Amino acid sequence: MKHPLLHWLLRLPRHTAFLAVVGSALLLALPFVAILGGQAWVRILDLAILYVFLALGLNIVVGFAGLLDLGYIAFYAVGAYTWALLASPHFGLHLPFWVILPTGALLACLFGVLLGAPTLRLRGDYLAIVTLGFGEIIRIFLNNLNAPVNITNGPQGITLIDPVKFGAFSLSGRTEVFGYTLMGPQKYYFLLLALCVLVVFINYRLQHSRIGRAWQAIREDEIAAKAVGINTRNMKLLAFAMGASFGGIAGGVYAAMQGFVSPESFSLMESIMILAMVVLGGMGHIPGVILGALLLAILPEALRFGVVPIQQALFGKVLADPESLRMLIFGLALVLVMRFKPQGLWPSPERQRELTEGKS
Amino acid sequence: MSTLLEARDICKHFGGVKALTDVSLTIRQGEIYGLIGPNGAGKTTFFNCLTGLYVPDGGGFLFDGQPLQADAPQKAAARGIARTFQNIRLFGQMSALENVMVGCHVRTRAGVIGAILRNPATRAEEAAILRRSEELLHYVGVADRAHDLARNLSYGDQRRLEIARALATEPKLLCLDEPAAGMNGAETEELKVLIEGIRRDGTTVLLIEHDMKLVMNLCDRLAVLDYGQKICEDVPTAVQKDRRVIEAYLGEVPEDA
Repeated sequence: MKHPLLHWLLRLPRHTAFLAVVGSALLLALPFVAILGGQAWVRILDLAILYVFLALGLNIVVGFAGLLDLGYIAFYAVGAYTWALLASPHFGLHLPFWVILPTGALLACLFGVLLGAPTLRLRGDYLAIVTLGFGEIIRIFLNNLNAPVNITNGPQGITLIDPVKFGAFSLSGRTEVFGYTLMGPQKYYFLLLALCVLVVFINYRLQHSRIGRAWQAIREDEIAAKAVGINTRNMKLLAFAMGASFGGIAGGVYAAMQGFVSPESFSLMESIMILAMVVLGGMGHIPGVILGALLLAILPEALRFGVVPIQQALFGKVLADPESLRMLIFGLALVLVMRFKPQGLWPSPERQRELTEGKS
Repeated sequence: MSTLLEARDICKHFGGVKALTDVSLTIRQGEIYGLIGPNGAGKTTFFNCLTGLYVPDGGGFLFDGQPLQADAPQKAAARGIARTFQNIRLFGQMSALENVMVGCHVRTRAGVIGAILRNPATRAEEAAILRRSEELLHYVGVADRAHDLARNLSYGDQRRLEIARALATEPKLLCLDEPAAGMNGAETEELKVLIEGIRRDGTTVLLIEHDMKLVMNLCDRLAVLDYGQKICEDVPTAVQKDRRVIEAYLGEVPEDA
């Protein structure tokens, strides 16, 4: 008897199977390599994977259903604050993760439907404006819900949030495993990786299903989609709800990982960043979205570590600080991609074909 | 023959423009029914009311013995009314096959859980969708373009693909809005054969068309609209001789002519 996974691997073409095995080995080994450069590098990896997760969640809304959502970070915030309120000294609650994470996902899902329902008739730019407003409303609420009753602790945020714990096994702090000391960020890496694999799987399965086809049909021509009997209202709400749930889960893990949340982390810029990851990589194409998320998550960190030494070597002093360079390069990259590869860095083969045929 | 669709006093106006005024007509099970009239007579408006894109301002439809709640296109599709569009509306970036598979949506059930888990029931349904879609592509004659993007198909093929997509919803009544527009003689002939085949296989057809030769050869009965009013409903030979129809198309006929 063969294990189904092994069976699946054996059925793949040889080089694909080889790539899959080597790729997974690399992904599993990565945190052990990164730790050599210090815990900060592992943390960067964690955040990068968290962004991949978020981008794939948003991909369901933007990439599959074609609904331009500029307030995605709101769902992330809902998830993060759900975790922060239910597992911190702020209210004295310390619920286990298997209660909080689903609660966060459900709440985010509810907010997704709340946002989706009134915006069903809007499209394109108009939808973008309303969702943008929604994202800001959530952030402003979080900022101001400290009076008359202190719920969110306002701009100070919530501190001392519990980490993810499986029974007595905490994902933060050190753990000795077979004489090797595992650091907190390394343990979170594996949790995030597992979540990411799950969301890739769900994205892939949804895309190639009756639901995925209905979403694509709505994206292409909503009236025709209605005429063939697709309930566009329910399908759009479903896309919003699913995207939002993933945002909520990501938010929960983020809160637990950082141990601290404040409204500052959920600004419009974050929403735009995540959307840029989806668009830059290639809307609706799963590998493209992953690539986009990794690039945009790693870029600022790489700059932070690279820019100062390079400038010092070249000019003997620091002319531009990494933070301002980051926005400069980000903007330039967006302009260049839109000019030369409007379909994204790694578009799906169909989209590629369509755009190149349009030119000739 | 039993009645499939009964339209009673359908009214629709846009501001001051009366697009439809008290239009009543009856379509029988298994016939090919033509809806003709000069440009702007209200034919497409009638289609849009019937398929739920517009809500009529007055009157109602009785479809298959039950009143039709014409307020949402997907409900009309679920009841068994499928349509094509005058200006072709395919899902351009999807393959021809996928377009037809989308058409199967309304008769299938798989939800999110099924899609993610891909359990045996979902896989069986998906296989059935694929098989049926391939059959339909064969049926309308674009099987060899199954994996091309819909937008890259030739004009005639796009028209036929749209019919295949409509047929995938398993309609009782198929509404075709100018299917022969822009087709050459040979393509129109093929289209005629296709529509006759659809009727033979048990689907009633409602046809808007400007190609009079096609309409007169194909339709069992006709209704003629002019300025939003039905001016005639009869078999083609009678319609051709009707004085009001000739007036609508050619202008007033002098008394002594």
